[in-house]
Amino acid sequence: MRVSMDIELKDIPGQLLLALRPVSEFKGNLISVVHHHEKRTPRGTIPVQVVFETKPDNLCNIISSLEESEIGIARIDEKRYFEHGAVILIGHIVHTDIQDTIDTIDNTGYAEVVDLNLSMPKIKMPSSASLKIDAVSKEHLASAIELLKEIAKKKDLLVIEPIKSELGAV
Amino acid sequence: MRTIRISIIGFGAVGQGVARVILDKKDYLDSIGLDFKVVAVADSRTAVIDHDGVDLAAVLFRKKTEGKVGFEKVTGLEIIENIDHELVVETTPTNIVTGGAGLKNMLMAFKHGRDVVTSNKGPLAMKYGELMETSAANGSKFKFEATVGGAMPVLNLARDVLAGNKITNVEGIFNGTCNYILTRMMEEHAPYEQMLAEAQELGYAETDPTYDVEGIDTACKLVILANSVFGMNATHEDVTITGITKITPEALLLAQNDGYVIKLIGEVNDSRINVAPKLVPTDHPLAVGGTLNVASMQTELAGPITVTGRGAGSIETASAILSDIISIYRE
Repeated sequence: MRVSMDIELKDIPGQLLLALRPVSEFKGNLISVVHHHEKRTPRGTIPVQVVFETKPDNLCNIISSLEESEIGIARIDEKRYFEHGAVILIGHIVHTDIQDTIDTIDNTGYAEVVDLNLSMPKIKMPSSASLKIDAVSKEHLASAIELLKEIAKKKDLLVIEPIKSELGAV
Repeated sequence: MRTIRISIIGFGAVGQGVARVILDKKDYLDSIGLDFKVVAVADSRTAVIDHDGVDLAAVLFRKKTEGKVGFEKVTGLEIIENIDHELVVETTPTNIVTGGAGLKNMLMAFKHGRDVVTSNKGPLAMKYGELMETSAANGSKFKFEATVGGAMPVLNLARDVLAGNKITNVEGIFNGTCNYILTRMMEEHAPYEQMLAEAQELGYAETDPTYDVEGIDTACKLVILANSVFGMNATHEDVTITGITKITPEALLLAQNDGYVIKLIGEVNDSRINVAPKLVPTDHPLAVGGTLNVASMQTELAGPITVTGRGAGSIETASAILSDIISIYRE
């Protein structure tokens, strides 16, 4: 996941290095560092924006390590999913256990169903649904859709997925 | 002036279109030094043969008024076997179970060293390898642009115009009937059955629409693409197919709300040949409406190349046949 963090450094030498070391120690991947040396917070510290990628498990370690070094953290913003996909399902979506369908995607750990719109015109008529799936990467999105197609086959649901060039796999 | 003696075997919409464009384009053909002399025309019941050149205008008129081309009880196959000529234009109806009369006609033409230009998908989707081998063994030229996407240039574009590029993926809409039905279902928020009926009334869909709406027609075109552009040796059994009959107006509306249209998309690449309804972003080049066809190729050097055009129609399909004929004999 990608983490964006606003930290505050004391205006003494070596502070930036101290702040970045935990990120590399816990195998994070630095994306950008913006060091506002000309600015000062009301507390007299220097604001720095750091963006990095890391595994969710390591984020706590990085935070505690920063706190041990007495580096102030003003804001943390984490974003786990970068890829957004949409698919349409047609068939007896609810009666074939919609919860189970959604859980299968959610339980992957790399993708989640984040939105569902359902249209049920008449009893016993096939329903239609649009599903939005978020995933950590393009490859994960593609495999989440493949997984959905496998479940759908068992439940006799039709899956309409985006064209290949839209999935970016070409 | 180079004279090419031609037979037109099959005189439905496409065969008649070929006759008409040969008539209409006479001055142009003269100007490039080609004289297309049609020596025989056959439909499913009758034939007309004239070694000095058949009067195409008269044949077109007779077909229209009497429903036949002539008075001779000779089959297309017999014409190909016995009449001396250079080119067979094979425009008989497609049969994807046996390859139909088309397959026999083509093999007979090759046996006698004649060139073949065709719009007939069946034989190519069934017996691509055999046809290519036989034509090559007999030194016959064999062109079939009209089988994929009607007027829209796909095969010649990939093989000639984009020569040197490796094509990694082709995606597109190759069936105007399905495109029409899906476009209209979205516009009218109407069920599939209703828009199929409308398409049938307008002549865009056959009385038995299975071949189009179940994706079989698209699959045949993909097989030809896969074989001729990707160098595979596939038949229509190698294609995974999902048709459009289960699509609901609600699904189209939900897709629309998310910024997509639903289209029956054919896709070919090294790993698969697939026909299925897919979501196409409304601003994507593949999102064409009505009866249009479209193909987008991912090329190694040129990036994506997209062409769109009419996938069917008498004169439109004849256009692809004419360009194949000219490309064989213009030198």
